[in-house]
Order: sequence, then C-alpha cells, then structure tokens
Amino acid sequence: MPRPGFVLEVDRATPPVLMWHGEGFRLERLPAERSRVVYAPEPLAPLPDPDAAIRRALLEPLGDCPPLPQLLHAGMRLTIAFDDLSLPLPPMRRPDNRQRVIEAVLDLAAEAGVDDVVLIAALGLHRRMTDAELRHALGDRIFDAFAPHGKLLQHDAEDPDGLVHLGKTEKGEDVEVNRRVAESDLLVYVNINLVAMDGGHKSTATGLMSYRSVRHHHNVRSLQHSRSLMDRPRSELHSSSWRIGRLLAKHVKVFQVETTLNNDAFPPQMAFLQKREWEWSVRDRATFLAASNGAALLSPAARRAVFQSVLAPHAMTSVQAGEVEAVHEATIANIHRQQLVDVEGQSDIVIFGLPYIGPYNVNSIMNPLLVHCLGLGYFFNMYLGKPLVRPGGVVILSHPTPWAFHPVHHPSYIDFFEEVLPTTTDPVEIEKTFEERYATDEWYRHLYRTSYAFHGVHAMYMWYWGAHALEYTGGTIIVGGNRRAVRRMGFKPATTLADALEMAEDVVGRGPTITYFRAPPLMLAHVH
Amino acid sequence: MLREALDGQRIAVTGGTGFLGTALIERVLRCLPETEVVVLVRPGRHGATERVQRDILRNDCFDRLRSELGERFDAEVERRVRPLAGDVTQDGLGLDEDGRRLLASCRTVVHSAATVSFDSPLDTAVEVNLLGPRRVAQALQTPTAHPVPAAAAPPAPGLAAAARPATRGRTRAAQGSPALPHMIAVSTAYVAGMRRGPAPEALLTETPFSTRVPWQAEVEAARRARSDAEAASREPELLARLRAKARSELGAAGMPLLAERTEKLRAEWVDERMVELGKARAQALGWPDVYAYSKALGEWALLEGRGALPVSVVRPSIIEASLSQPRPGWIRGFRMADPVIISYARGLLKEFPGIPEGVIDVIPVDLVVAAILAIAARGPQPEPDVVHAASGSRNPLRYGQLVRLVREWFSEHPLADDRGQPIEVPEWSFPGRRRVQRQLHQATRALRGAEKALQALPLRGNQADLAARVEERREEAERALGYVELYGAYTETEAVFQVDRLLSLEAQLGGEEREQFCLDPASVDWPRYCHDVYLPAVVAHARVRQATGRPRRGSSGLSREERGRRAVLSPERQLAVFDLENTLVATNVVDSYAWFATRHLGLGARAHFTVRTLMEAPRMLSLDRLDRGDFLRWFYRRYEDAPLDQLNEDAWELTSNLLLAKSFPAGIRRVREHRALGHRTLLITGALDFVLEPLRPLFDDVVCAHMGGAGDRLSGELLEAPPTGEARALIMQQYADEHGLDLAQCVAYADSTSDLPMLEAAGYPVAVNPETKLAAIARKRGWHVEHWPRAHGYRRPWLPFGPQARQKPGRGGLNEP
Repeated sequence: MPRPGFVLEVDRATPPVLMWHGEGFRLERLPAERSRVVYAPEPLAPLPDPDAAIRRALLEPLGDCPPLPQLLHAGMRLTIAFDDLSLPLPPMRRPDNRQRVIEAVLDLAAEAGVDDVVLIAALGLHRRMTDAELRHALGDRIFDAFAPHGKLLQHDAEDPDGLVHLGKTEKGEDVEVNRRVAESDLLVYVNINLVAMDGGHKSTATGLMSYRSVRHHHNVRSLQHSRSLMDRPRSELHSSSWRIGRLLAKHVKVFQVETTLNNDAFPPQMAFLQKREWEWSVRDRATFLAASNGAALLSPAARRAVFQSVLAPHAMTSVQAGEVEAVHEATIANIHRQQLVDVEGQSDIVIFGLPYIGPYNVNSIMNPLLVHCLGLGYFFNMYLGKPLVRPGGVVILSHPTPWAFHPVHHPSYIDFFEEVLPTTTDPVEIEKTFEERYATDEWYRHLYRTSYAFHGVHAMYMWYWGAHALEYTGGTIIVGGNRRAVRRMGFKPATTLADALEMAEDVVGRGPTITYFRAPPLMLAHVH
Repeated sequence: MLREALDGQRIAVTGGTGFLGTALIERVLRCLPETEVVVLVRPGRHGATERVQRDILRNDCFDRLRSELGERFDAEVERRVRPLAGDVTQDGLGLDEDGRRLLASCRTVVHSAATVSFDSPLDTAVEVNLLGPRRVAQALQTPTAHPVPAAAAPPAPGLAAAARPATRGRTRAAQGSPALPHMIAVSTAYVAGMRRGPAPEALLTETPFSTRVPWQAEVEAARRARSDAEAASREPELLARLRAKARSELGAAGMPLLAERTEKLRAEWVDERMVELGKARAQALGWPDVYAYSKALGEWALLEGRGALPVSVVRPSIIEASLSQPRPGWIRGFRMADPVIISYARGLLKEFPGIPEGVIDVIPVDLVVAAILAIAARGPQPEPDVVHAASGSRNPLRYGQLVRLVREWFSEHPLADDRGQPIEVPEWSFPGRRRVQRQLHQATRALRGAEKALQALPLRGNQADLAARVEERREEAERALGYVELYGAYTETEAVFQVDRLLSLEAQLGGEEREQFCLDPASVDWPRYCHDVYLPAVVAHARVRQATGRPRRGSSGLSREERGRRAVLSPERQLAVFDLENTLVATNVVDSYAWFATRHLGLGARAHFTVRTLMEAPRMLSLDRLDRGDFLRWFYRRYEDAPLDQLNEDAWELTSNLLLAKSFPAGIRRVREHRALGHRTLLITGALDFVLEPLRPLFDDVVCAHMGGAGDRLSGELLEAPPTGEARALIMQQYADEHGLDLAQCVAYADSTSDLPMLEAAGYPVAVNPETKLAAIARKRGWHVEHWPRAHGYRRPWLPFGPQARQKPGRGGLNEP
C-alpha cells in the first residue's frame, strides 16, 4: 500500500534534504522550527493489465457516448490525434501509453473495415517531432505502417490550406481547427494526463487549433486569472478552452481517451529521488554520491545528454474513454488519487528545486525562459485552494539557469531573450508591444512549419505562464543560476540557498516560514 | 627698423603650407600691416587660391589674427595675399609670364619649400631639396618681358579680383633700377654634418672638413637610381616574391585585388630602395641622413647658380613649437621629435640612445620667423651670408635635461591606455645606439616569427585578435627601431652651432621690435618651454588621450562597437549583403556534402567515408587557400550522378540538423533586423541551390551556385562560375543597379579575405568572426567587427553526419546506388 503525501516539519534532527538543480542535485539543510518539506505520495500500483483496461474503456465509455465499435464503420474518415512530445516527463519507456491505446483503437477500426485513418500529432504551437521521437511514442508497427504513406501527420497551425474556421464561441473566441479533424467523421483523441492541467477540451483546443484560437486562452489576462492552472474550475485558461472544445464537439464527434500515470518517474538506479532522505539505504546514499559526483565530472552538454536519455518507468494507473467532460472528471479524480497532498496554511517563502526537464525541452536545452516557465508557471501553480506562499512572499528556485539555447528548437526564444527582456519584463507590456510581431513573423513561421522550431509566439507564452506568480509574489531568487541570465529576467541570483534565504528576509521580514516543495516526483498541494 | 624696411614691400614665400612657411605668412600679415605676401603653392586640384585658403589660412595659426581683425580678416587677406601657382620641382617653377613678373616684383623671396622627412627617397630629396633652391634662384634671374613695379603689377587671379590700390613707399621702379630680389634660402644647421665642436655661420665653401662632391653627378645618380630600381622591381624573381607576399596578406581574395596589392608592394619596394640608397649615400658622405645631405648639396648648387642674385642662407636647427607667437605652443604637422615623444609617453620606447651631456638643438618656430624677417629687413649683403637659427651655443638644452623634463611632465600628465589607465613612462639609461638597435632588431624578428606562426593557424574571432595584437606589437617595435635609426644621430650630435650673426641681427632691432620679433635663443627658458608650451602642444596635436579616469567613449558617448553597430543598422542603409559559411553558419560545403552522403549509408560505409574524406583534407585545404572558385568546382564533382529528388528532400532535414544547429543566432537576427528596417537583404554564397532552398525565406534574394543535370541525376558540373572572390563585388554592383540602390549605403558581412572584394565594394563592411588575415585588415581599416557566437550549450556532433533516413540504410553513398 503506497503511502500518501507527507509534510515534514523540519527540526534540528532533520537531515539535509535533496533538491533538484538542473542536471544535478543539492543537499540542503533547512532552518529548523520554521521550515517544512512537502513530499509526494508514493507511486500508485499500476493497472495489472493495461491492454485489457484500455479495451474495456473503449467498449464501456463514460458519459453520453456509445462504445467505440459502434462509431466505426467502413468508408468513414477516422482521425486519431495524440499528445505530442511534451508529455509525459521524462519520456516513458516503451510501450508508451499512446502506442497501447492507438494500437487498440486501430484494431477496432480494422475490425470495422475503416480504411481512411490518419494519425495527427497534436502539436499546437510546439515544435514538430522527429522521426525517432514519433517512433518512440507510437511504436515501430504504427510508425512503419503510417509514416511512409503520409498518414502520420503533425498538426500545422500555420498551414493556410490545412485549417478551417468553425465559428466563434459565445464569448467571441475563434475556433479554427485542423482541416482533417474538421472533416473527419470521428476524432479519437489519445492523451497522457500527467498533471491536472492536461486533458479535457484543452487537448483539442490547444493541440489541434491555430494561433487565432489559442490566443484567446494563452494570454496574460487568462493566466493571471487561472488560480491555479491545475484547478480547472478556477482557471480562466480552462474555461476558454472548454468553450472552444465544446464548439468543436458540436461539429465533430470526439471520442476522448485519457490515461493517467503513477509518479514513478525515475529508474531504479535513481531510486533515491523517490525516497525520503531519512529512509535512504546505504545503496541510495552510494548512488546519490555516484550520480552527483559523476555528473559534476561531465561537461554541461554531456551531462545534458546523459540526463535527457533517462526514460521513466511510469506505469498506467487508469484509462477512461468516451465523452470528453465525463472522461476528464474521472481522469482528474485519478490524478488527485496519485498527486494530492494536504498542506495547512501558507508560508513566507516557497522553494522549488527545478529538474533538468520541462514540457518544452525534451531532447533539448532548458534555457532561462524555460526555467522561468517551469518554476513560476508550472511548479508555482501546483496547488488547489491557494498558493503555498503567501501574497507578497518570495519564491526561491534552484537551477543553474545557463545562458544556453537550442538553436533549432527555440529560435524565437533567443531573440526574445536578447530583444524583449532587456526592455521590459512586464508580461502585460510584452504582450502589448511584442506579441503580434513574434506571432506573425514569417521566418519563425517558416521554421515552425519546416524545421523543428517552436512557434514564434511560444516564447511569449513562456513568459505569460509566470504572470500569476509575478503578480502575486514579492520577488524571485534563483540559487546557483547564471547571474546575467537571472538578472535579465528581473530576478535575483544567489550563490547558496542560505544567501537566498537571507536576501528573501529583506522582502518578507525576519525569521520567515519556509515551505520546500520536494518535486519531482510530481504532486499537487491542496493548501487549506 | 624692421617694420619700416618692409613697409610697402612684397615678400614671396615658397613652402607656405609647411610649418615654417605658415608661421612666416601669419607673422607678416599680423605684424607688418603694409607688407604683401606672394604665396607660391602647387595648385593641386583646386587651384592656388583655394589651396591657400584651405591649407594655409584655415590653419589655427591664423586664429589670433582672425579674432584681432574680426570681419576685416577676409578683406585684409584679399588686399595683401597673392596666391601664385607654381612648383619648385619644375625648372622655371612652372610659372607663366605673369607669374614670373609677380615673383620678380617681390623684394624678398623666402624659399622654405622642402621635404623635411629624414627618410625621403633619394630622388625626391634631390629634386626638392637639392635642386629646389637653384631653380628658384634661376627663375628669379630669368628676365621678364616687362618688369613692372609692384604698384602696377597685374592683379593675381582669385583673391584680388579688382585692381589693387597702389602700395606706397619705395618700389624698384621708383628707385629707377630693376634690382633682383633678395633670396633667403632656408637650409638646416645640420648641413655641417656629423662633426664635433663649434660650427661657424659660414658658407660650406669656407667651412673646414666639409665634403665637396659635384652636385650634378649626385642629381644624375639619383635619377638613374630611380630608373634602376624601377627596372629591378620588375624582375620576375622579385615579382614572384611580391605576389607571394600579397597572397599571404590577402589569402584567396581574387586576382584583381591580388594584382592591385602586388603592384602596391612593388611601388613600396621601389620607394624603400630609394630611401635606403639615400640613407647610404648621405652617411657615406658624412651626413646623418638624406635630408642634411640634400640640403647641403642644395646650398652648393644654389651658390653656383645664383649669378647676380643676392642670397642669404638661414640654417635653423630642429624647429619646434612656437614660444609665444602667434600663441605659445602653436605647431603644425607631426614634427621630428613629436612621434618619438608620443611613443615614449605611450611606453613603447623602453630605451633611446643618446649622449646625456650632448646638446639637442631645438629652436622655437617664431624665433626662426623673426630671424628670416630680420634678414629680409636688413637686405642682402655684398656676398652670400649664412645665419644660424639655433640655440646650442647660446642657450644649450642638454639631452639628459630634455629627457628628464619630458619624463617629469608625463609622470604628472600621463597618457591613457585602452582602458583609460595612466601609462607609466620608462626611465632611459642612455645606452649606445648599437645596443638599442640590436635589442629592437631581435624583438622585431621574434615578433615577426610569432606573427607568421599565428597566421598559419586557422584562427577565428577572438583568437584571431591575438594575431592582430602580435602584429600591432611588431609594428610598434619596427616603428621604434625606425625612430632610433632616423633620429639617433641627432641625440648624439656634438656640433655646436655659432649664432654671432643672428645676435647681430637682433642688435639692429628697436626696443619694441625686440619683443615683437624676438630672435634671441637666450629668451627660451627650457624647463618652462618644455612643460608649459611644448609638451602640452605635442599631446594636443597628436590627439592622444590623457588619463582622466573616465572610460573611453567617443564624442557620441557610445563605445566604438556600439557606434559601428548603429552605423550599419541606420535606416539610411539600403542593402545588406551576407556571406553564408562561417558568417551566418559554422559549416562549409564539405560538411553539407558529408551529411548528404552519409545519410543513406550504413555504419561500416560511414567509417569508410570518414577515412576517405580525412585523407583528402590536406588537398582540399590547399586548394581552398589558393582559389575558392577552383576548389568549389573540383569539390562539387562529387555530386555527379547524385539523385536530385532525394537531395531536395534531405535538404530540409539538413537545414535543421546541420545548418541551423550550427548557426550564429545573432547573425540570423541581424539579417532580420535589416529587413525590419526596410533594407534589402542578399545572400551571396558558393553553396548549391538545393542546399539553400530552406534558407531562402530569410533573405530577399539569394545568389548561389547552380549545378546542371539530366533528369533526376546531377552532372557534378556547375552551370556558371560560382559567386566567389571578385565576382561577388560585380554581383553586388549589378544587383544594386537593378534595384536602384547605392553601394555606398550597402552593408556587407563576411568572414574571410576571399570575400575582400565584396567587403571593399560596400560602404559599410563588417568582418564577422574574421580569420587572422581579415582581422588584421579590418583593424587597419577601422572596419566594424562582429563576434557572433554559436548557440551556447548545444552539443554538436563530432562529424557532420546525417541521422539515418527513414528507409533502411543502403550500402552506397549519394552516387553509388
């Protein structure tokens, strides 16, 4: 029986705690009597037979939706869309959830005699996946059957001929969707719901639409009114996505398949990452020492390559299919079952140790903008109720924040960092002055469509993602970061955690209370 | 007495654009209000009148007179200055009848035109310094058709459009006899040569120990030497050596530029040879350098050719900044001692030879001017006479004292280095000339070796800067050596120039005039002169920066780099031309080929391919160094029979996987910045069209290489010459013409000397991550330099191999199906 999440009150006997620091770790001792550490629940037991569970879900759908075989018939146009490279994190061992589900869907389609089947990677405004990445997510069988025949597509949000405008929502939001999707008799959407933000109508409303649609929810106002991004009913981003998704569902029959994973994110050799420090065995201590000292010997690029090759032993904990909203409700319940931790009250300071990977740098570089997005966008929003830190409190991030960018994946990020941030770090100002230029830039558009680049506007979104935290908190300090890069973003660099805590006292006063959110493994703090 | 004597007179001056000439003209205009000046200048492109305005009257020498006269300045100049187009290197001075008449109407002619450089080519020195005075003397003796009095002289063109009012006073016509003008030739005290002891104010004919050589033979020898050197410079062995040198400087910059550079090196070689011959000849005859030698022979030639012309010779020593007139510290041009002093202040001259107790004979320019005017006022003597304008015998400045004064002053007022820190000046120990020369020779040789070694390495960007720094150090050392060789003789002179006649001239002056036309060297207080007058003037004149503690900024308040960047990104620019390889992306055609070729290869075949390519590398490098176009043609043959469709498809992957991965993001941003500013952007590259297809949208236009083929297979042969070397400049010109653009408003970005023609054609050349040779050229020409890094932290593959294609890898390469 896995143990639930746990909040440790730090006292003098508490050993140093492990903190992620990019492609490495720190062991930090927190001030006694006023610090606490939030630990994630232990990984749930996986489904004993995921393939059987998938088949059952397809045959016994949730909500107002017939079983999948009843929706399939010869001569129909079937489109299967699936989550892209940004999920799950780290990438999981084969077979990936997407492969299992799509193979099951294809079996049913074949039984029903469906010929016209197209697979679409729901990129949204993310970069295209390479052949190797698609092969990993879908498995050799699907890849070899579809890719050579042009039946494995990647959504192109800038293809003038590949999009259809379906109308506007009651709030005036444009719904412009992938043409193949709009013209299909059935859309099966296959996702991996890693965190509570994913899934539901957001899958289609972000993954298969154009910038024209996405801009209605990916903007500073929405992000500032999403409290939090992980709490759909209180998230403006989700409300907008829901309106858009519902309108799409009126035009196209959507059969949603959502899967959840346990938080068994790291292979057994790195088991210490999943364990509470005082429970480390001799072997855990040894592997920790070996891992941190070994990493220190490598060059940053080599270290990055080693970490990026880690595959998670993630296991499926649930699968549900059918009507989007009913499915998503069940999915969220399953996520909460794995990730929810009850926390009493807020503190003056919250600390996040940021790992080497986020949704947008799989097989890539965690550049400073992604550090910002992961820390103030994702980690800060990992709450229900209220943030872990009080209003005006301080966020401390631990990450090397190198001044490094992937030249192919993140070209607009480089320009954003060089051009925009030196003039202002205010998201509202940035949106007003720069968004249109970045979103409509021909060169970024060309790279997004033909190379492996994130859309030009995506760099903006990285900044908007932290809008709620920027507005809410009194400041951000990055421990161990590249000083120039950290300052460029308007944050303060600190050499050690102790220095960062001293600096934070200037903002929050003497003897502040501290919460250390020890993730990953991922969890969701329910703050009372 | 002086003013009265010269009132209503006309004085002609040659060498008016020089240091002494300018001061002389100014003093006449300011202190002798009723004396006219005829200024003989080479007309140049703009004519004599314009040249007098531009090169003489606009000098800050006239600031005082300008402020004294206010608005009347122009009118006064109009009334009293008569420009006269002429040239002392031509027989008859290149004068027409009017010109000869105007010259003949002067009562005094001061000949101060000379080439004062100690290292002039032999024939230049001979033409100007040796023959110049004689030519002037002969022009003055040529009878004019209608000798006219000054009052009735024809109006000179230009300044005086209307007829002049008659000047009052004594004219030759009034005296009734057409007397010849009094010629005052400016020579140098050092015609006495490297002798020891007192040097009297006497003609060379009367001076003991003076070497007498027939000057005509010297003239002929000099002229012959020039044609001999010209002929020698065209010998095949030498031309081959010069060509090799041009290539080592410019690399594969294309034939026209190499040819131009070779010809320039040849001309330099001839000049250097003439300089060398001059120095050798002068020293063989006992003079320190070609200047003193040609001046001395000039005196001989003048005396022999003077006929009935009354002649006086003024021999100044080292003329330096003015003591008080027109203002303390006025200076024009970089004088003899100035570069040495500035180099010392920069800390570059660690040692300088000299005898500390020896006299360094310096004389302020205003004292020399006064002496000349005093001689003019006194009038000619029955026999040619000599007057020294020197300080050595009456008020000697010892070399050791001078060095101490200079050191004191620069310790108080140090110059600043690049970072704005004060430079500490070295202490000289007065070693022998030979020792200093030996040390500098050794240093120069060592630096030359290091420079050669660095140039052979494939350095780029900041590392190439190191090579440029070594080059700078080498040039500094060579310059120091040059100074020691040139000027060493003067710090070791032991001659003492007598000034009895000079002092007797002073005795003629009235009390008030003694102040206004002070010519007594004793009036110079050396410590005060050095500290308050001379050194501040030299520093101000050299425009060097003194330590103020503030960081270096231009007048715009921006750093040099920022100014360069703003200049290229100004909205007025019209066209931005980019090279691709190593300017925007860190790859080359070999990488692209390897990538294509290996994409469809299995593992074993890849290894084989690598070994084969590596074995060919030396040949590729040497070909590329010789001529980029030839290299491309040769290399591209490997594409023979390659499937075009497959290449077209793979090119998109290549762009992401190789070109963009190895791109310079700042460079790509720069292209986009130009476009955003409305400039046209043009890519000129030797890469092949199908490789570039995915990059096309970045630019307005692309000029690249095209390969022919039949059906789906490439031929391996280019359809036209690849755009390299000088072809790029032509393409740019053509492109600019087609689009109505001005190349003066064009910015060109490139990384190597093979792009030199393209860079030179643009109004705003930018060297991007330059290789060693281009870095050196960019530094010398003040071109903007950009150091664009590759994206940091990105792990680059060891070899430019394509990730394996979707299909199962085959056995063969591109063209081995």
